[in-house]
Amino acid sequence: MGNIIYNKKLTDEYYLIKIQQKNDAKMGQFCMLRAWDNDPLLSRPLSIYDRDASSLTFLYKVIGKGTEIMSKLKEGDDIICQGPYGSSFPEVKGKIAMIGGGVGIAPLYYAAKEVSKESETEIDMFFSLRGVEILREELTEVSDHLTLKTNERVVSLVDYDQYDYIFTCGPDSLMQDVYKNAKGKKATVYASLERRMACGMGICYVCTCKTEDGNKLTCKDGPVFLASEVFKDE
Amino acid sequence: MSNLNVDFGGVKFKNPIVLASGTCGFGTDLDDLFGLDKLGGISSKGLTLNARAGNDGIRIWETPAGIMNSVGLENPGVDGFIEKYLDFINSKDTVNIVNLSGHSTDDYLYGIEKLNKVKLDIIELNISCPNVKEGGMGFGVKTEIARKLVKEVRSICEHKLIVKLSPNAEDIVDLAKMCEEEGADGISLVNTFLAMAIDIKKKKSVFENGYAGLSGPAIKPIALRMTHQVAKAVDIPVMGMGGISTWQDAVEFLMAGAKAIQIGTASFTNPGIALDIIEGLDKYLDSQGLESVEDIIGIV
Ligand SMILES: Cc1cc2nc3c(=O)[nH]c(=O)nc-3n(C[C@H](O)[C@H](O)[C@H](O)COP(=O)(O)OP(=O)(O)OC[C@H]3O[C@@H](n4cnc5c(N)ncnc54)[C@H](O)[C@@H]3O)c2cc1C
Ligand SMILES: Cc1cc2nc3c(=O)[nH]c(=O)nc-3n(C[C@H](O)[C@H](O)[C@H](O)COP(=O)(O)O)c2cc1C
Repeated sequence: MGNIIYNKKLTDEYYLIKIQQKNDAKMGQFCMLRAWDNDPLLSRPLSIYDRDASSLTFLYKVIGKGTEIMSKLKEGDDIICQGPYGSSFPEVKGKIAMIGGGVGIAPLYYAAKEVSKESETEIDMFFSLRGVEILREELTEVSDHLTLKTNERVVSLVDYDQYDYIFTCGPDSLMQDVYKNAKGKKATVYASLERRMACGMGICYVCTCKTEDGNKLTCKDGPVFLASEVFKDE
Repeated sequence: MSNLNVDFGGVKFKNPIVLASGTCGFGTDLDDLFGLDKLGGISSKGLTLNARAGNDGIRIWETPAGIMNSVGLENPGVDGFIEKYLDFINSKDTVNIVNLSGHSTDDYLYGIEKLNKVKLDIIELNISCPNVKEGGMGFGVKTEIARKLVKEVRSICEHKLIVKLSPNAEDIVDLAKMCEEEGADGISLVNTFLAMAIDIKKKKSVFENGYAGLSGPAIKPIALRMTHQVAKAVDIPVMGMGGISTWQDAVEFLMAGAKAIQIGTASFTNPGIALDIIEGLDKYLDSQGLESVEDIIGIV
């Protein structure tokens, strides 16, 4: 009996996979997954969408060979999951905006779930998706206000003056815009980056990102960075 | 429990399993995971005289049974390495191999001068880098160009010196013989194969540098053949590598004549693979009733 508890199809593109695995993962961390032998060669990085002490859940979008194989897995099948790896979102209080696009929802859902346990927090979520919407109920549960749009940008719908913290995850262009819009306001912005990875744990140096302090490893120093470290001002 | 010790040009390895340069960082992460003391040796990330930020653009691309990398020797430079990592690696009970690269002869020579002053076990000279003076052709492509470099490095290098050959060499056997003639203590092979991928949407190479280095299971049969040819042609010891991902692969390289083997790409998908290979090798020798790993080295 393998470790997959379920592998649920949400839409033609998006799946939720839950696996049995003891862990003490933190919000924003990711794992390296594989459910195949040598082809494709590398494991795939996926952010933790949800967890408890004995399970991990991932939200993934079918892109290519790896996620295609994953989408065919069934309850009771096996998947190898290494990690959790990487840095995490800080535990904060106050008024928080979570802004994301596509699978950027994944780490932000769990972050919202954790952060909302604090009584003095208020969480506004702004998510955009292409095509069909997913997870409205789940996202509503962990936020105070949810703005979930399809085929429409959300970055411009945010009142950036209101927030103490902003967590963002999505395409670089979206996160760069968030950083630019929040510039000079009181909010501290944290961004979760996506880069091609081989090992996920700091030994291969393929996932570097440029920062003020020189190159950093997205897998080990990140994926969560202060946005001011990794995004440029102009 | 068989005897896994090997003597590699006068350096004692507790087992013939070594981590390959550029695929284990400076050993810190893998030490946390399983303890470097268990390994025969570690060849840490390729150094250049000065720190380098590496290449821009896509650094990794998959191909069936392989990866192409274009990391571009991102490293903290020789001084940065000495300051941050050398004592850590020396504190481990494993052979400390320092991998040195360069883009000019002077780069290598100044690097060697700095490394002459510190404690380490072996210098592995990576001659696969593009030689700026020769229009970017690798130092290790033409034997006579490589000879000039190896001769100069040998004349000042006070450490044990092994030369890491490029599979892109015009004649790898000739290159290996040259290294022996010039006084190298050993040879390691192979580095990555020069390769390419094209993005057909953008209609250009995937890599900013145009080409990248292919490694992983895809190269194993060729790397094995080259290891066999070189091991037959020289008397100095040979360290084999290229796509080794199981203990059976390791046994093949040993039988082909490698006195030790290095594990590269395989650590990316299973960071504990080196230990699995040590265990598998040990069990294999036991099952064959062999007392020592030396009994299979070069038997094919
Ligand atoms: C830290 C991190 C967290 C991520 N979290 C999620 C998540 O929660 N949900 C999700 O759906 N996706 C996530 N991704 C992206 C996901 O890793 C890729 O979509 C996936 O690897 C694609 O694999 P494939 O075999 O289907 O596609 P292919 O295109 O066949 O993959 C080929 C190679 O490119 C890499 N690759 C392709 N697209 C990406 C990408 N966007 N980012 C990084 N590597 C890529 C693959 O890992 C593989 O090595 C994350 C990426 C990173 C770096
Ligand atoms: C990401 C990456 C970085 C590498 N960096 C170096 C390096 O700095 N110096 C070097 O001599 N070889 C380097 N190599 C080559 C490996 O040490 C090894 O020779 C090659 O990958 C073949 O072995 P493998 O198929 O087991 O990976 C690198 C390989 C990879 C995949």
